[in-house]
Amino acid sequence: MNSFDHFTPATLNEALSILSERNGNAAVIAGGTDLLLRMKNHILKPAAVLNVKRIPELRALSFDSNEGLRLGALTTLRDLTRSPLIRDLYPVLASAAGLMASEQIRSLATLGGNLCNASPSADLAPPLIALDAVACLVSLSGERQIPLAEFFTGPGRSVLQKGELLKEIIVPPPQGKTAYLKHSPRAFMDIAIVGAAVRIQQQGGKCQQARIVLGAVAPTPLRVRSVEESLEGQTFTDESIRQAAKISAEACSPISDVRSAAWYRKRMVEVLVRRGLQAVAL
Amino acid sequence: MKTLITLTVNGDAHELYVDARRTLLDVLRNELGLMGAHRGCDSGDCGACTVIADGQPVTSCMMLAADWNGAEILTVEGVAQDGQLHPIQRALVEKGGIQCGFCTPGFVMNIKALLDENPHPTEAEARAWLAGNLCRCTGYAKIVEAVMSVAEGTS
Ligand SMILES: Cc1cc2nc3c(=O)[nH]c(=O)nc-3n(C[C@H](O)[C@H](O)[C@H](O)COP(=O)(O)OP(=O)(O)OC[C@H]3O[C@@H](n4cnc5c(N)ncnc54)[C@H](O)[C@@H]3O)c2cc1C
Repeated sequence: MNSFDHFTPATLNEALSILSERNGNAAVIAGGTDLLLRMKNHILKPAAVLNVKRIPELRALSFDSNEGLRLGALTTLRDLTRSPLIRDLYPVLASAAGLMASEQIRSLATLGGNLCNASPSADLAPPLIALDAVACLVSLSGERQIPLAEFFTGPGRSVLQKGELLKEIIVPPPQGKTAYLKHSPRAFMDIAIVGAAVRIQQQGGKCQQARIVLGAVAPTPLRVRSVEESLEGQTFTDESIRQAAKISAEACSPISDVRSAAWYRKRMVEVLVRRGLQAVAL
Repeated sequence: MKTLITLTVNGDAHELYVDARRTLLDVLRNELGLMGAHRGCDSGDCGACTVIADGQPVTSCMMLAADWNGAEILTVEGVAQDGQLHPIQRALVEKGGIQCGFCTPGFVMNIKALLDENPHPTEAEARAWLAGNLCRCTGYAKIVEAVMSVAEGTS
C-alpha cells in the first residue's frame, strides 16, 4: 500500500468537511473488505483514508409502520443476519446477507460498502431494489434521496458525487413476498454468477405488483420492467411463470468471464427467476 | 502517517504508534510479537488470520489497525488458561483435526466464536460457519468432529 493520511471523524459534519477539502482524493473506509483489497493490489492509491465507523448518523436501524425501515450505511452483514427486526419483517435481507462471504467477513462488511462499491454482483442490491429501497445521500450541501434502482451507473460506478456519503437506505413497509436466489459454483464464499430477486404482491388471486431484479448479468443490477408489467393484473400459473422466466433471461446481457460463460448466466437467470416466482407467487 | 491507538489484546492494554497502512494482523505479529494469527491469502479468503474483535470473528488481514482504536482483541495466544489447552484446542488434537497446523489458530478462533454464540450447533451449522477457514490437509471431517465433540462435552 502507498502511504496515506488517516482520519477518524467523530461526526458527520467533520467527515463531510474532510471529504470536501480532499476533493475526491480521500477514500471512505467502512468495513474495508472491498477497499483494502484494491489498495493492497495498488489499484487504488488514495492520499487519504477516512474511517467513517465512528459516525453515529450512519448507524440507524429502526422501523416505523408508515416510513418503513431505516438501515444505516454501517449496518454490517452480520447485523442483517441477526437483527430480529429484519428477520421478522424483511427476512429476504437476512437470508441474502447470510449467503455472502463468510462469518468473519460478514462481521466487517457493511451494507453501505456493498452498495457504494457498485459491483454488478453485489448481493444486497437486487433484494433491496426489489423492495423499492431508496438511498439517502448526504454532503455539505444537504441531503438527497434517490431510488436505489437509479443509484448504479456502471461497474464500480454510482451516482455518488465527490464529497458525498451514503447515509442510509430506506425500505418501505413490507408488501408481498420477496425472495433472493443466488447461484455460484461453490455453496459458500463465492461471488454470484447470477442473482435474482423477485417480489410479488397479490390480491384476490391477481398480481398487483411485481418486481424482478437481476444481479451479475449486466453492468448494473437490472430491473426487468417489461416482465414486471406483463405480470401485473394477471393470475399466476405454471405457464405464466415459465414465460416470465424465459423473457427475463432474454432481457439481460451478461458477459463471459472467469466465473461463467454468458450463455450459462442466461440459462441460470431463467432457472432462478422461475424458482423465485414459484416460491413467492404460487 | 502514524497514529496513536490503544488495543486491548488478550486482556492487556497496549498504546501503539502505528503506520496507518498496517493491518491489525501486521500489528499483532510485528509490533506485539503474537505470531499465532497467520498470514495466508492476505485477502480475507482463507481465514488463517482470524481473531475475535469486540466479540466477533474477523479476518485481521482485512482491517486497518488505525480503524480499530479501542478494540478488544482475542488471539489464539489468549485462549489457553493456566497452561491448559482450551477444550477446542484439546479436541482438535485428540480428533486429529490438525496436521501442518498453519490454519489451526484461525480455526480455533472461529470455532470459539461459533460455540460462544451457539454452544450446540448442528453439523451443517458448524460447516457453514467454518466456510471462511481453509484447510488443505485434513479434508475438514476431523475438524468438524472436533467441533461436535466440544459441543457434546458441554451439554
Ligand atoms: C472473502 C470475501 C468474500 C466476499 N463475498 C461477497 C459476496 O458473497 N457477495 C458480495 O456482494 N460481496 C462480497 N464481498 C465483497 C465485500 O465484502 C462486500 O461488498 C462488502 O459489503 C463491502 O463492505 P465494506 O464495508 O467492507 O466496504 P469498504 O471496502 O469499506 O467500501 C467499499 C466501497 O464503498 C465506499 N463506501 C463505503 N461506505 C460508504 C459510505 N457510507 N458512503 C460512501 N461510500 C462508501 C468505499 O469508499 C469503497 O469504495 C466479499 C469480499 C471478500 C473479501
